[in-house]
Amino acid sequence: MDTKSLLEFAEAVASGAVRVVDLTFTLSPDFPVIVLPPEFGQAAPVRIQRISHYDEAGPAWYWNNLTFGEHTGTHFDAPIHWFTGKDLPNNSVDTLPVRDMIAPACVLDCSAQAAQDPDFLLTIPIVEAWEKQHGRIPERRWVLLRTDWSKKGWHDYANLKDDGAHTPGPDAAVMRWLVEERGVLGFGTETIGTDAGQAGHLNPPYPAHHFLHGGGRYGLQCLRNLDQLPATGAVIFAAPLKIQNGSGSPLRVLALVPAR
Amino acid sequence: MIEPIARPLRKNPLKRTRLPTLPPRARSRTAHGFTAAAAEGRFVLQRCGACSEFSYPARDACPVCLSAELSFVDAPRRGTLLSETTVRLPADVHFRERAPWRIGLVGMECGPTMVAHLHADCEEGLPVLMSLQIDNSGQAVAFAHPEHETPNMADERQWREMTADPKFRRILVTNGRSAVGQEAVAALKAAGATTVFVGMADPWKPFPGEDALRALQGVQIVPLDIADEKSVSDLAADIGGKVDILLNTTEHVRPGGLLNRRGANVMREEIDQAYLGFVHLAQAFGPVMRMRGADGVNSAVAWVNILSVYSLANWPAFGAYSASQAACLSLSHCLRAELRPGGIKVINLFAGPIDTEWFQTVPPPKVAPRAVANAIVSALKSGREDVFVGDVAEDVRQRLVDNPKAVERELGD
Repeated sequence: MDTKSLLEFAEAVASGAVRVVDLTFTLSPDFPVIVLPPEFGQAAPVRIQRISHYDEAGPAWYWNNLTFGEHTGTHFDAPIHWFTGKDLPNNSVDTLPVRDMIAPACVLDCSAQAAQDPDFLLTIPIVEAWEKQHGRIPERRWVLLRTDWSKKGWHDYANLKDDGAHTPGPDAAVMRWLVEERGVLGFGTETIGTDAGQAGHLNPPYPAHHFLHGGGRYGLQCLRNLDQLPATGAVIFAAPLKIQNGSGSPLRVLALVPAR
Repeated sequence: MIEPIARPLRKNPLKRTRLPTLPPRARSRTAHGFTAAAAEGRFVLQRCGACSEFSYPARDACPVCLSAELSFVDAPRRGTLLSETTVRLPADVHFRERAPWRIGLVGMECGPTMVAHLHADCEEGLPVLMSLQIDNSGQAVAFAHPEHETPNMADERQWREMTADPKFRRILVTNGRSAVGQEAVAALKAAGATTVFVGMADPWKPFPGEDALRALQGVQIVPLDIADEKSVSDLAADIGGKVDILLNTTEHVRPGGLLNRRGANVMREEIDQAYLGFVHLAQAFGPVMRMRGADGVNSAVAWVNILSVYSLANWPAFGAYSASQAACLSLSHCLRAELRPGGIKVINLFAGPIDTEWFQTVPPPKVAPRAVANAIVSALKSGREDVFVGDVAEDVRQRLVDNPKAVERELGD
């Protein structure tokens, strides 16, 4: 691409000809985080502690100290997050290739199924049906699962029952297929994880984590505004914080969408 | 006979909130023998080791035989009200605001004569029962009660000054998820609390007892995660001026000491929940409570901490938890001193293992959550400052008095 085209792109963003959709939840202390049995180590919740607020601790300035786990809020999973990806090269957020941080997305609208069944699982036939309509998923694409889950109140969003969370996600076969047969760059969801709430009972357990990270691919979760994206044609900007040997990070996820 | 107190009216916003004043404070170091007993609800007098005579007030030598062998020992509570005086225009600001104020001379059956604050149902010439109380300035004073229970006796004006009775008060229970929290809410409502605000962290996480808690009359569920500074200050902005009693029921128990844990994450969670949570609560709610110490029938009156008795002596099986509790104990003494100008009591309730999930593998005796809740209400009603609930806590307390080093060794075995 020449300079002129790149500048035209920047001008299209500035003019609104390319719309920028924010796919990110606000990073706040009350946003649900993944819940593990209490005997496991826990993700530190988001905490925002004021250093000063134009007061005796800093008369002219306002700033905060932050603490949070790598997997809080809208966040990115790197391959090193899962045991299947632990030995891959460039598998952490500080070493993964920066070109992967900008990539097109295919958006699969399963909001109707998820509204019917909180344990809805994405399957290969559903993706094949999508491909009949929109064409084969090209390599190095984000596949984003739209469920409208992000529109729920946080109690229903986490949807915790006595037997764990009940939230939609992919089944094991489709994850393996997306990675091995379609070569996707990553998989993104609106829910707290890339996997379904009950994915610990699938084979293998947590198949999105298992196959994505084993294949050196990425995860995005706690996304919102997926309903504003076209089925194809959106470009995702997702650059995690450059945390040393980091397994993931909260991040700002933006989608670039043609305005018309 | 005492008229029952009426539920206070809403405040007149045109009137200034009266600031707290304190009764006279100076005491000798020896006299703190009474403070120690009053804090635990015991009645003691000095007794001479040489001639066995009881004496009062606190002295450094026996008034009968001049022996220096005086020690504070549990003493019989009975006496007779010899004379009474109603002070109508005291020179002291604190009592002037509360005049008329009745005091009297009580002849104790064990010998000495004591000057005491009087319950209104005490009559001259009749028997009384004596107790030591912590007054608003944090010092021990003698209080004479009628020999037998009388109607509405807890509502008596001078007695209510000595206590932190939940009746008609508004109470914040910081964590409604725990069994102790839920039992405390029920016990405080039963004790006549007007409103119980119940803190709820992560409202998206369901928990046992949630439906029952939400159905209780006079209970308001409020968002509160005490480990989050902003959550605490946001709640204080809403209800800080309406919290007369704050009960911190935060519970974060994890087993393990130093060497069998990898890294400091669990320690950090313990510190976040117990110590920093306490800091956040104190900074957000403490100043307004201290300012409201004389705010009528529902004045701000008490701050209650539930501490592990292992805050006093480390139990290595729960060693890091014990240390976080010790930090809270130390902080509670700081808070007690800083709330004193408001006349706010800081009550520490010490418990051994409570019968909850995290002490599952610990053999009995364990304290039932309901027993903790009842002990809290009892401490508030009697105005005690240090409360040991259950056999384990009482055992540790006694053994620490006898030989702290032995406690350290034995808890580590």
